[in-house]
Amino acid sequence: MTVPILAQIVEVPSNVNHLFDWPAVLPFGINRVVLLMFLATLATFLFLYIPVRTPRVVPSKMGVVVETLVNFVRNGIARDIIGPESAKYEWLLIPMFFWLLFLNLFEITPLIHFPVTSRMAIPAFLAGLVWVTFVFVGLKKHGLSYIKNSVIPPGVPKPLLVLVIPIDFLSTFVIRPISLAVRLFANMIAGHIMLAVFFLTTASYFVFEPKIVAFAIPLAFAIVITAFEIFVAVLQAYIFTLLTAVYIESSINVEH
Amino acid sequence: MQADAAALIGAGLAYGLAAIGPGVGIGIVVGNAVQAMVRQPEMAGQVRTTMFLGIAFTEALALFGLLLFFILFGAA
Repeated sequence: MTVPILAQIVEVPSNVNHLFDWPAVLPFGINRVVLLMFLATLATFLFLYIPVRTPRVVPSKMGVVVETLVNFVRNGIARDIIGPESAKYEWLLIPMFFWLLFLNLFEITPLIHFPVTSRMAIPAFLAGLVWVTFVFVGLKKHGLSYIKNSVIPPGVPKPLLVLVIPIDFLSTFVIRPISLAVRLFANMIAGHIMLAVFFLTTASYFVFEPKIVAFAIPLAFAIVITAFEIFVAVLQAYIFTLLTAVYIESSINVEH
Repeated sequence: MQADAAALIGAGLAYGLAAIGPGVGIGIVVGNAVQAMVRQPEMAGQVRTTMFLGIAFTEALALFGLLLFFILFGAA
């Protein structure tokens, strides 16, 4: 009696795109992804603002959490990589880290279960922002010699420059932003597909073959992968911020 | 039909082959990072940061393969 109802719930997607396409629910093509992006923005703002709104000698419990995390980004990422000038780039690194963290963690948040960064627009936009930032920093600090120094490594024999200049130009100004965006996007898309596969397998077995031995194995895998995805979500936000810091540092100290 | 089949086979091969090199590479990166951390525990923090950087750069190649899989899969 209940089996046919469950069979209707278990919808097997015909195509991978089916997992990532959402219809627009509001004007201007605003769909679930955009709404979740707004939610992450709001969450970032509240998370960074509310617990430390009133300065206190002894911070509240959430205040300690926020201060620890912000200190981690400020000291562990910005200052360790960029060096003494890191304070100038915290406006980019700290909000970006928390925004990405919330967007990635939506992947395993109950009732949401969608990694917003698995839509290419968001990583692509952030990578573009990072690209503009590090090129601007380099040009402002070194002028046009920034581009010359970043495509000509020191100590290369003259005839080899024909090969080295195009490779270095591509790797610095083209591959860098693309790989930065693709890394985040592909990690999230792979995680979401993996979760979908194991949970849908569990549900299918639960409906069509309701024996504990049949659906316990994919369910166990799904739970393990959920834990792994929490790790991946945090790690990818960390790596994106870390690489941004590394790129900015390479623009500041371009002449190695 | 033939082209679709070729695209599907290519999609499978693209990701499978793209995963080989980065798999070995990440193993080497993490193995050497563990060795460095054991030899000099006081440098562990810095080694870990560098390890994640190395993993990120290596992993990107496998992820390009994954992307290629989707492109070829969509072409079929």
